[in-house]
Amino acid sequence: MLKICGPKLSLCGLIISAWGIVQLVLMGVFYYVQSVGLAEDLAVMEDNFKTADEFYTAADAAYTRNAYNCWIAACLYIFTLLISGQQFYQNSRNSLEA
Amino acid sequence: MGSLFRSEEMTLCQLFLQSEAAYACVSELGELGLVQFRDLNPDVNAFQRKFVNEVRRCDEMERKLRYLEKEIKKDNIPVTDTGENPEAPQPREMIDLEATFEKLENELREVNMNAESLKRNFLELTEVKHILRKTQVFFDEAAQGSLVSYPQMADPSREEEQVQLLGEEGMRAGGQAALKLGFVAGVILRERIPAFERMLWRACRGNVFLRQAEIETPLEDPTTGDEVYKSVFIIFFQGDQLKTRVRKICEGFRASLYPCRETPADRREMAMSVMTRIEDLNTVLGQTQDHRHRVLVAAAKNIKSWFIKVRKIKAIYHTLNLFNLDVTQKCLIAECWVPVLDMEAIQLALRRGTERSGSSVPPILNRMDTFEDPPTYNRTNKFTKAFQALVDAYGVANYREVNPAPYAIITFPFLFAVMFGDLGHGLIMFLFALYMVLKEKPLQAKKTDNEIWNIFFGGRYCLLLMGMFSMYTGIIYNDVFSKSLNVFGSHWKSVYDLKTIMSAKDRTIDPKDAYTGTPYPVGLDPIWQIASNKIVFLNAFKMKVSIILGVAQMLFGVVLSLWNHTYFGRRLDVYLLFIPQIIFLCFLFLYMVILMFIKWVTYEANAAEMALSPTCAPSILITFINMVLFKAADEVKGCDPYMYGGQSGLQKLLVVIALLCVPWMLFAKPLYIMRNQKKAHLPLNNHANAVEENGGAVHDLESQNAAAAQPPAHPPAGGHEEEDMTELFIHSGIHTIEYVLGSVSHTASYLRLWALSLAHAQLSEVLWGMVMRLGLQIDGWFGGIAVFLMFAFWSVLTVSILVLMEGLSAFLHTLRLHWVEFQSKFYSGTGYTFSPFAFEVILEQAASGGDD
Repeated sequence: MLKICGPKLSLCGLIISAWGIVQLVLMGVFYYVQSVGLAEDLAVMEDNFKTADEFYTAADAAYTRNAYNCWIAACLYIFTLLISGQQFYQNSRNSLEA
Repeated sequence: MGSLFRSEEMTLCQLFLQSEAAYACVSELGELGLVQFRDLNPDVNAFQRKFVNEVRRCDEMERKLRYLEKEIKKDNIPVTDTGENPEAPQPREMIDLEATFEKLENELREVNMNAESLKRNFLELTEVKHILRKTQVFFDEAAQGSLVSYPQMADPSREEEQVQLLGEEGMRAGGQAALKLGFVAGVILRERIPAFERMLWRACRGNVFLRQAEIETPLEDPTTGDEVYKSVFIIFFQGDQLKTRVRKICEGFRASLYPCRETPADRREMAMSVMTRIEDLNTVLGQTQDHRHRVLVAAAKNIKSWFIKVRKIKAIYHTLNLFNLDVTQKCLIAECWVPVLDMEAIQLALRRGTERSGSSVPPILNRMDTFEDPPTYNRTNKFTKAFQALVDAYGVANYREVNPAPYAIITFPFLFAVMFGDLGHGLIMFLFALYMVLKEKPLQAKKTDNEIWNIFFGGRYCLLLMGMFSMYTGIIYNDVFSKSLNVFGSHWKSVYDLKTIMSAKDRTIDPKDAYTGTPYPVGLDPIWQIASNKIVFLNAFKMKVSIILGVAQMLFGVVLSLWNHTYFGRRLDVYLLFIPQIIFLCFLFLYMVILMFIKWVTYEANAAEMALSPTCAPSILITFINMVLFKAADEVKGCDPYMYGGQSGLQKLLVVIALLCVPWMLFAKPLYIMRNQKKAHLPLNNHANAVEENGGAVHDLESQNAAAAQPPAHPPAGGHEEEDMTELFIHSGIHTIEYVLGSVSHTASYLRLWALSLAHAQLSEVLWGMVMRLGLQIDGWFGGIAVFLMFAFWSVLTVSILVLMEGLSAFLHTLRLHWVEFQSKFYSGTGYTFSPFAFEVILEQAASGGDD
């Protein structure tokens, strides 16, 4: 297989990917259950709303969207995890051969 | 096993070793590593000692081994490290070792020399080969040219100067018989060509003709082994004078000239012979290399254990050089510091050594009395080592002084965590340390020169605790990467209806009716994360906590000084230093802490009385300042300026007593000593007697050598008598000022706990807001990718800035709090470490020194 990353870069990729998967999946869950603590980061918080209902619908939509975004990012991290894992394996095997 | 609370009890011992058994005994002691030998001949220089010859031989052996190692490394032969630790060989084995190394070295040198001369030969032959090949081209061209040029000899455009020359000469002489055109051929470094050409042109006034061609393949320089690029050249000229000139220039440019036959047939023959010689040389060279490789591979198997053996022998002779020889020359006398608890093990090792050497006379180990301060020896394990190192970095404890290290095991990670409180960051640190702890053995075996890694690895247990405590404080602060966890549900509720909320951005909620009355079960209520006055609230809380922790730690430090005073029998210091110190600290600062608790307990939001409502709660700091300045508290309408009855009077009393402690600390001790001195008329004589008695006791044991070996008798500790009175006052003054001002400034210094914790929390919040939020607020299909990218960025910054840099700063502040604020209360740290004679340490040092 092709070797792109060195041992350090692939290790770094592994760690960030693993961390990213755990944290982003959790954040997705928290957004999905509409955690108040994460409300500050919603895009709609700065807008002005006439009625409460309007605000609630916008916030609900933003919560769901952020939840999906987090999960999409987590999936991307699964992808990078696989790549860097493969690279890491390749590197460790190369160093054993050398 | 001894405890970490005080250093090991040490004793000075005298060791009598029979000359024959000395080597084996010292070798055993070196394996044991529990004995620190003292130099008994400090005024004898290194060259006049008894075993200087042996040490020199060891040095020589080490040099040979290093040479071997260098050669092994040059050939990229892997050195087998079996990890075995051979015992120090017997002295008679040293000769065998020497012979082996001598043989190996000579063999290697010979092989190397042969290889070098063979390579030089080879180089010459290859150069000749190239010359023949290249010049053939020139001659071929010349032959062609001469054939062609006869008809058109006057053609000036022809480059072939030589041909023109030939033609003209031929015409003038009326034939070729008189023409004698000489040439030299050789090889020169390619970069010298331009200068060489110019020189030739100038020196010979353009009367020579130079042709050159590059040799494409690099040649190997036999002496350095570098690859060099060279060029072949051939110079045509006429006459002997030019010939000598050309030769000189060639010499000057370090060109190697080779004889080259004139006729094509000869040249072909020469080429053939050169080719066969190269072939032969190649086989010989290959055999030489093989031989060298075989020798080195054989050496590589043993070189580690040889190194260990030689270093051990050398260390033993170095140690033997520290010993004294008695008159009869049959016995070596050593003095050493020994931990009392290990006497048994040392006796055993000595007995083993005697048995091994076959000597019949057992070695004698007897304890001596001394006035000298023994070395400090704290027995540590892999867990306590890092904490002891933190304490020792400030100063090694005096002998048997209270050691702050056991307390640092808890207080250090705790104070660190107060500043670093974040569940997420703590978890990262904890996992990193956990990895190092779990993979301890393989990581330890993999030795690296990376200094930063070694620091982290050395402090892995410290890091583990720091991470764990940070997770705990993170839970208390309810902070995970600047977000709060609402595990149990907030105990605050909104009291406004929808309309009121819609009308303004922020609303104040009054604890009187919005707070349910019971606190959040663990740590801070998550409501504070979304409150706009979070920082104001947290500051009040964290500042108070910092001061409470600080006063507690300082008080503990002062209490530890009591242990020191009683242990060393300084009853005077208990009454004249410890008591005023503790009164001063308690009556001022502990009182302030008590006020904090009173304030916390007394005032509440839904109090029935106006005087107990939050508006009437006095500021602790203002109260404290007023108390010290003897000012009355400011009256606010409807409020009681004091927290409890009789506060004003009690405060005045406390301050007065605390201030009275200052002269108590300052004058009591010197005055007491002065009075005592007047009472006791002859204090000095007592000491003189004591010294003589002791000296006499030793005298009996070891004849006249003892006199030289006896350490210069120090004045015993606690002997204030001979000190000058003014010095005593100055000393006491400095001490008092340091303590009194120190108490104030140190208390304030503990506010760094709050300041750093605030900075850490704010920084992590800013990082989240500036980086992560950017990704989270992006709409549309790109949102997921934005989160993906921003998370990577955020995580890298989190580790590098928040965990590494903030962690380092919190670590340094914790270190300072321990060294300055805590240890200044009881720790003098002017001892010296016990550095036993141990092969383990010596080999490690040699190994790390050798790698540089």
